[in-house]
Amino acid sequence: MGLKTFDRGVHPAYCKEQTAGKKIELAALPKTVIIALSQHAGVICEPLVKKGDVVTEGQKIGDVKAFISAPVHASISGKVKEVDLHLSPSGAKVLSVVIDGDGLSKDWGAVTQKDVQSLSGEAIREAVRECGIVGMGGAAFPTYVKLAPPKGRAIDTVILNGCECEPYLTADHRVMVEYPEKVVCGLQAIMKATNAKDGVICIEDNKPDAIEALRKVSSTKGVVIAVVASKYPQGAEKMLIKAVLGRKVPVGKLPPDVGVVVNNVGTAVAVYEALTFDKPLIDRVVTISGEVREPKNLLVRIGTSFEEVVAQCGGLKASESRVLNGGPMMGVAQVNLSVPVVKGTSGITVLDQAGSKPLRIDPCIRCARCVEACPMALMPYRLGDQGRMQMLDGFSQWGGFSCIECGCCSYVCPSKRPLLEWIRVAKFKSRKAQKAKSA
Amino acid sequence: MSMGGLILISALSMGIIGAVLAIFLAFADSKFKVVDDPRIEALAGILPNTNCGGCGYPGCRMLAEALAKGDAPPNSCVAGGSAVAKGLAAYLGVDASGHKRKLAVVLCRGGNIEARRQARYTGDLSCTAANLTGAEKVCSYSCLGYGECVEACKFGAMAMNGNGLPVVFYDKCVGCGACARACPRNIIEMHDEDHKLFVYCRSKDKGAVAKKACDVSCIACGLCVKDCSVSGGIVVKDNLATVNYDLAPQNAESTGRCPTKCILFDVESGSTKQNFTATLARRAG
Repeated sequence: MGLKTFDRGVHPAYCKEQTAGKKIELAALPKTVIIALSQHAGVICEPLVKKGDVVTEGQKIGDVKAFISAPVHASISGKVKEVDLHLSPSGAKVLSVVIDGDGLSKDWGAVTQKDVQSLSGEAIREAVRECGIVGMGGAAFPTYVKLAPPKGRAIDTVILNGCECEPYLTADHRVMVEYPEKVVCGLQAIMKATNAKDGVICIEDNKPDAIEALRKVSSTKGVVIAVVASKYPQGAEKMLIKAVLGRKVPVGKLPPDVGVVVNNVGTAVAVYEALTFDKPLIDRVVTISGEVREPKNLLVRIGTSFEEVVAQCGGLKASESRVLNGGPMMGVAQVNLSVPVVKGTSGITVLDQAGSKPLRIDPCIRCARCVEACPMALMPYRLGDQGRMQMLDGFSQWGGFSCIECGCCSYVCPSKRPLLEWIRVAKFKSRKAQKAKSA
Repeated sequence: MSMGGLILISALSMGIIGAVLAIFLAFADSKFKVVDDPRIEALAGILPNTNCGGCGYPGCRMLAEALAKGDAPPNSCVAGGSAVAKGLAAYLGVDASGHKRKLAVVLCRGGNIEARRQARYTGDLSCTAANLTGAEKVCSYSCLGYGECVEACKFGAMAMNGNGLPVVFYDKCVGCGACARACPRNIIEMHDEDHKLFVYCRSKDKGAVAKKACDVSCIACGLCVKDCSVSGGIVVKDNLATVNYDLAPQNAESTGRCPTKCILFDVESGSTKQNFTATLARRAG
């Protein structure tokens, strides 16, 4: 019998051996951090500090009263240098708080140690919001929103996503191997907050050590480990629900509509730390891999510049490389290395220059490989053309907004057509047109 | 029956059926009559019928309907200019003296020569796609240079120059605004014909940052504000000098001391080529 999986998808080269066996190292404390006030999906925070203020590690420095948002915290103690627009890894300029550090760091374990089991569901949700926890797989959706499903939608299963199907990235893999107790404990807290009775941790079969480590600690705790096939994008939540539970999330709906909440394993660890130590989300594990001299898994403070992180990995091999925030399939190329690590930075992937030749786009030869690869069963060649030609009515009719932007279509296209880019353009333009219409 | 009788009966019965149907049709015609405003047809005849969409309606016919209803002013047709506006106003019996020709103005002069670069973009060569990832130039407000505005222009009034910037041919520009809508960075603005004084920069970066990014950026030094004879005519807002067209005199008085030469008077009516050559000379010198 084959392993559980979803329909279609692609098998990219995983390239994980560079860092898969390397322990998570603590990165050097940065001298300066740039904390973007929008590191999450949703409304941007308002700054709570101003230039010259002294901040402590973990102090809340940005918040806003909106349902879909998450506060941000100072990741080091020090003095606020400025509150100004700064380039973020998303490519846009975002209002950010720049902090000059005083070189001290706090031992969170020594301050408070709470028992997670004694907390109520409401207390868990409140703590998760206050600690600014967001989805750490990359999309950075505020976690407390997921823990508070709309009324009338009972959640029966919490899925922890440990697939890490993006090539190069091993941050989640190392988290599962090194902190399996924290992962399981975090999962139990999420199950309590959502009143779910089942908890499943999904791991791709190419991480046997992680499966082993989690099996050891979960056997007594009513948590199931599901081994799924190694295929991209196995870690997309809709694909994962289909693979593990056989449920299909309808078009335009979200996982709570089928009684499921999906969280990343890194998020579970952050939830555990928030509940036990009152520690806000101020650091995260980042995989730095590809064309760097010493690829590593580093525990990095949020707001550390890419430049500093890459320097700790021996620097770039070539003078001109392509540096991505995330993995090679979904990561966004950066224009310079001054951008800070944000809550959603699961990896910094460096590709060599050979991969960044000017684009030569050949005509579509109607081979339908993109259709065979699309995990959402869309017709990417058509959506791409609609984006390119700006036929926006057709775009939404052909289900363009269901695209999860996994990039399988661009990956398989023999004519090297940038289908995903065109689809993103169409999405952007359609939203702009809708906004203009409603204004 | 004789042949004559047969013909007579046939002719009579056909005649009666025809008469009944004619009466029915006449009745239906008066009962279900659609009252069409005859002015719509006439107004549509005056409009250019290029369906450019510059008026905000999907096509010329819809604008004609709106005009007939009185929902749209007679100067709505931007493509037709004052001639069409006059014709429409005369037909509708209203005054069209308020009509001003609108023109597209490209408010960035940071081309390949003037603007610094920090990366090499290898993605799809369209402005929107490049803007979604961050693009090449250091300045995040600058022209991206992939010509989506040129593609959007239906009147052949735009082209990219050798410096990677779009230029507008004002003899052809009808002011429909398609280029302004296409630009993802909102660099192109639609202006009244008599606006001549422009700050050719959209950078909201602080002076030092803007200067590092581009030779011809507004550094918000405020010299143009001081030189403007009407107070409030030019203001510095978000690190960017902004002309208030209700107050600022349209002359060159405030442009002389601009250290980056980003505020200019009446350059577009001259040859854009000339201006480009001037930039080249400045860089060389």
